[in-house]
Amino acid sequence: MAEVLVYVDHVDGAVRKPTLELLTLARRVGEPVAVALGSGAGDTAAALAEHGAVKVLTHEAAEYGDYLVVPKVDALQAAVEAVSPAAVLVPSSAEGKEIAARLALRLGSGIITDAVDLEAGDEGPVATQSVFAAAFTTKSRVSKGTPVITVKPNSAAVEPAPAAGAVEALSVSFSAAATGTKVTSRTARESTGRPELTEAAIVVSGGRGVNGAENFAIIEALADSLGAAVGASRAAVDAGWYPHTNQVGQTGKSVSPQLYIASGISGAIQHRAGMQTSKTIVAINKDAEAPIFELVDYGVVGDLFDVVPQLTEEVKSRKG
Amino acid sequence: MSLRIVVTVKYVPDATGDRHFADDLTVDRDDVDGLLSELDEYAVEQALQISENSDDDVEITVLTVGPEDAKDALRKALSMGADKAIHVEDDDLHGTDAIGTSLVLAKAIEKAGYDLVVSGMASTDGTMGVVPALLAERLGVPQVTLLSEVSVEDGTVKGRRDGDAATEQLEASLPAVVSVTDQSGEARYPSFRGIMAAKKKPVESWDLSDLDIDEDEVGLENAYTTVESATERPARTAGTIVKDEGEGGKQLAEFLAGQKFI
Ligand SMILES: Cc1cc2nc3c(=O)[nH]c(=O)nc-3n(C[C@H](O)[C@H](O)[C@H](O)COP(=O)(O)OP(=O)(O)OC[C@H]3O[C@@H](n4cnc5c(N)ncnc54)[C@H](O)[C@@H]3O)c2cc1C
Ligand SMILES: Cc1cc2nc3c(=O)[nH]c(=O)nc-3n(C[C@H](O)[C@H](O)[C@H](O)COP(=O)(O)OP(=O)(O)OC[C@H]3O[C@@H](n4cnc5c(N)ncnc54)[C@H](O)[C@@H]3O)c2cc1C
Repeated sequence: MAEVLVYVDHVDGAVRKPTLELLTLARRVGEPVAVALGSGAGDTAAALAEHGAVKVLTHEAAEYGDYLVVPKVDALQAAVEAVSPAAVLVPSSAEGKEIAARLALRLGSGIITDAVDLEAGDEGPVATQSVFAAAFTTKSRVSKGTPVITVKPNSAAVEPAPAAGAVEALSVSFSAAATGTKVTSRTARESTGRPELTEAAIVVSGGRGVNGAENFAIIEALADSLGAAVGASRAAVDAGWYPHTNQVGQTGKSVSPQLYIASGISGAIQHRAGMQTSKTIVAINKDAEAPIFELVDYGVVGDLFDVVPQLTEEVKSRKG
Repeated sequence: MSLRIVVTVKYVPDATGDRHFADDLTVDRDDVDGLLSELDEYAVEQALQISENSDDDVEITVLTVGPEDAKDALRKALSMGADKAIHVEDDDLHGTDAIGTSLVLAKAIEKAGYDLVVSGMASTDGTMGVVPALLAERLGVPQVTLLSEVSVEDGTVKGRRDGDAATEQLEASLPAVVSVTDQSGEARYPSFRGIMAAKKKPVESWDLSDLDIDEDEVGLENAYTTVESATERPARTAGTIVKDEGEGGKQLAEFLAGQKFI
């Protein structure tokens, strides 16, 4: 069976969930061969093998941390040359898309970004995209070269499928461009202890209606009662009430959880672009005319300062 | 010293309109009003600020690849304060994908001459967020992308990139390609004077032959990707909406329990 390269997103060897999802999708189109780069690359092998990687190509070098994007492109290109895969799959993070694009260009290939599903087709993998703020679903394929496809988080269930996961060192020689953009400093984001926004099964978001940074505590309390991640609208972020990294929408994160709860969010098209594919949508808004109600499975017209704390208490008491 | 900045700006269908696809599965650009992609306003703004903070002689050229109407996007950027504009327009460009678009942009940027390219973080229609990286690869210059802060001094561009896991400070020598996010600072509104002045600013029109691009390198037929189908998402079935009469939170909890979320 043809091999499929899967780019591994990991933090010091801890594989992030979207990569495990990619391994599930990769198995539909071939045999997954994972590529793990940078510090801790070797430590990813066990998790990758557990989820279907027949081989894990690793390479550790300081360049991956010290310079932007290009060293990773060089490495993936080396992996493509070593393996001649039927496709290359990359998680759809901002960086993932940039790596994938440059790789596609070097390979003379097309690129599809933000796939939400992938299946085998007669002429290569067929990717499903959700476009125009999720108003349309398209099916596309790469028609020239080795398909390079980036896939959004939550596009497939993580399925264990033990495979050999044989670790092999990848040999990489960096291009002249590799050291073009220096990372002069890096400040890691502090963990909140809550689930990662794009990976969470439940997201509880607050908007302008939350009316103040201190009031986000009631959004966080609801999130914690449900084991959820916290999101925010751009209005809330722009007001400085919550960090930009938690913004949901076109220019923030796009999320596709099992449950999305929007409080004090009107439902502007740019916000909808980031959450419309959530399985179940719930909104709390005091304006019965708010566009968010067009999307909901369940909506409460009311003051979030009454409804949210009551809901939190009820969740807590039901969970005992 | 002088600094030549090229800002890439895309003309897109208004996101608040009823966007859809034409029969050939390309974006229907006739039915919905177009505008300068809002995220490219941030690129124009940062180019203007780089110019205002510079002791050098700075010239800002805005560049678009798109149909006739795309001139509107250029006018808007000129009225914000850019100096001149280039419009690449050719019937053979219809249906060009990201790889092809980046080829046309890169050739035009080279022909125009540049020290710095400034792009938006993503267009508001394709929303791929890949064109700046593709331009850097094609031009063979550093990419300094997704910046929420940017500055240029002594031939060096510096910026802040807020990633998923960390915030990074980046640095590269010019020439370079930069892209800026909507966190980089509110874009200015064109003043009346700016709008009047824009009418007199030069807009050059180039076609594929001006850029030595063969018609079989671009367009729908030659795209590296093929869209097989586009279907409108079925409207969501109307949900249950209740008015809070004091029990709204409890009712919602009941719904969530019924859906097995609690
Ligand atoms: C290029 C571009 C990109 C953008 N990207 C994003 C993005 O990524 N994410 C995003 O969210 N937005 C984005 N926006 C902004 C978007 O257009 C909206 O401005 C934004 O989503 C509005 O946020 P909001 O719903 O919190 O605020 P508003 O639209 O002001 O809505 C607040 C809502 O809260 C309700 N409310 C007020 N008080 C209460 C209360 N006590 N109880 C209950 N309800 C209450 C009100 O009835 C209202 O419906 C973008 C815009 C542009 C132009
Ligand atoms: C819904 C949809 C899905 C698509 N999916 C794909 C796909 O999977 N693969 C693919 O190859 N193509 C795809 N396309 C086509 C692609 O969007 C266009 O080819 C496009 O011009 C380049 O990508 P982008 O607009 O997404 O640019 P982005 O990479 O999102 O844009 C970033 C920046 O590049 C600059 N820029 C982009 N286009 C232009 C332009 N024409 N003129 C001037 N500056 C520009 C702007 O500064 C912009 O802010 C899709 C188009 C649509 C509408």
